[in-house]
Amino acid sequence: MRNKDERRFNVLGHIIMAFLSFNAIMPVILLIMSSITDNDTLIRDGYGFIPAKFSLKAYEYIFEFDTVPRAYVISIVLTLVGVFCSLTITTMLGYALARQGLPFRGIITFLVFFTMLFNGGLVPTYVNYTNVFHLKDTFFALLIPGLMTNGFYILLMKSYFVTGVPNEIMEAAYIDGATEMKTFLKVALPLAKPIVATIALFSGLAYWNDWNNGYVYISKRVELYSIQNLLQRMIQNIQFLTQNAGNIVNAEQGLASIPSVSVRMAIAIVGLLPILIAYPFVQRQLVKGITLGGVKG
Amino acid sequence: MALPGLAYLFINNYMPLPGIVIAFKTYNAKKGIFGSPWCGLKNFEFLFKSPDAFNITRNTILYNFAFIIINTTAAIAVAIIISEMTSGGWIRNVYQSLILLPHLLSTVIVSYLVNGFLNETNGFVNMTILPIFGAEPIKWYMTPKYWPYILVIVSLWKSVGYNCIVYLSTIIGFDRAYYEAALIDGAGKWKQITKITLPLLRPTIIMMTMLAIGRIFYSDFGLFYQVPMNSPPLLTITNTIDTYIYRGLVQLGQVTLSAAAGVYQSFVGFCLVMGSNLLVRKIDRDSALF
Repeated sequence: MRNKDERRFNVLGHIIMAFLSFNAIMPVILLIMSSITDNDTLIRDGYGFIPAKFSLKAYEYIFEFDTVPRAYVISIVLTLVGVFCSLTITTMLGYALARQGLPFRGIITFLVFFTMLFNGGLVPTYVNYTNVFHLKDTFFALLIPGLMTNGFYILLMKSYFVTGVPNEIMEAAYIDGATEMKTFLKVALPLAKPIVATIALFSGLAYWNDWNNGYVYISKRVELYSIQNLLQRMIQNIQFLTQNAGNIVNAEQGLASIPSVSVRMAIAIVGLLPILIAYPFVQRQLVKGITLGGVKG
Repeated sequence: MALPGLAYLFINNYMPLPGIVIAFKTYNAKKGIFGSPWCGLKNFEFLFKSPDAFNITRNTILYNFAFIIINTTAAIAVAIIISEMTSGGWIRNVYQSLILLPHLLSTVIVSYLVNGFLNETNGFVNMTILPIFGAEPIKWYMTPKYWPYILVIVSLWKSVGYNCIVYLSTIIGFDRAYYEAALIDGAGKWKQITKITLPLLRPTIIMMTMLAIGRIFYSDFGLFYQVPMNSPPLLTITNTIDTYIYRGLVQLGQVTLSAAAGVYQSFVGFCLVMGSNLLVRKIDRDSALF
């Protein structure tokens, strides 16, 4: 009876999980299949899972113009620079907060923590970045607002330095005459590898996937668009034109000038690709990271 | 060493704070925030007299409630299934990897995926599924009544793999001795789940839920703005506090109204976080945020 019960649970469990797993990736498959289908076939049959007529024209088209490659380069540079800056300031502040000797440690920790509880909201932040720092329509507008670090990363880092890096090792380094910076780089940081990897991953994903900053802060210099912004702008234009096709004089013309049905999907795949490629490598680390961050994430 | 990080938090989080006063002013871009004349609570009066205030508050709260109930239930169910299955070792990891994938996609990509299904002229649903049933194509992006379901499904699809990890890691930490004892007493799988796993999970469930309730005044901007394509006919059902603020600032230029809604969100949100944290502290001190 016991075995039968267990077997039944296993069978049912596999069915449910296979169903969920299939549903999780099914939309991505639809996207990939549509991107390699001939454009006229797509217009006739709609998006489908089986390409009735195979074609790589969409991908050829993308790389004919420099719009997509440029947005791609911007996304890559943004992610690399972003992760580097993010790790630098997060590890340094986290480390400093974990050290006994830091003056006003309690107050500073509270100030870091308070940013998680209350914020000025979008409008004051926007006015601050545009009127005081003049970030509008610059690359820095993609890099700086909101994404570089946050209270959660810093406190996560701090608690790892407190619990994961034994004080004795640090003191040994001091006795050997290492400076604070040297202790941090040569002793503490290597011991904190798991948390550094986690935050690199979180921040890398945040930068690669971000479209809010470009949407809010970039209005004129569209050549600064990341791949996400390019995708966002494209689908927004198509939606606007199809909805107002009756009211706008040159709507048909406008629609014709926008990349056709399969190209749209191909660009989306190009934007998705780095995540799909990196996924098998980062997935384990990500699970570890979420567990490390615990429920408070 | 602490300086770069503190400087960033100062610029990003503290410098905008005085700017909150913009919600109490008649904003004039030339004069700046502090040069603009005061107008007292006029902006708030205008906001709360408009039907928008009720609408965005209702949408934000109701969607969040639906998400909390549905996403939590699904996450727990998935975590229990993965952890209690006794066959197919590596394939369980495959399941877990696959259902986590949607969490990593940007909202823009998600909106393309949804559009692949719901596009009026090319979408999979209108071109392939509905014709099978002989149904007429539906103008998805013009029909508000479908969107509560669509948004709930998208949210579930995106978050279940992520949410189940916390429960999964909790279940893995349980003492297997309970289960062995239950087996000897003849308890089946269902009994084990309802009498052992769920009661042991209770503190985690309560805490996760309380933390989510603390965030109930905030919504995933991308989900409500980008996935419905910012389509005007859907506004009554997709407008939340966050999308209202963005729309006011970026599209409509109603800076002060947006700011007023932002202050409303920040203050109520702050009270809710404090309140829910207080409750978590009462239940289980170690699990509290602070």
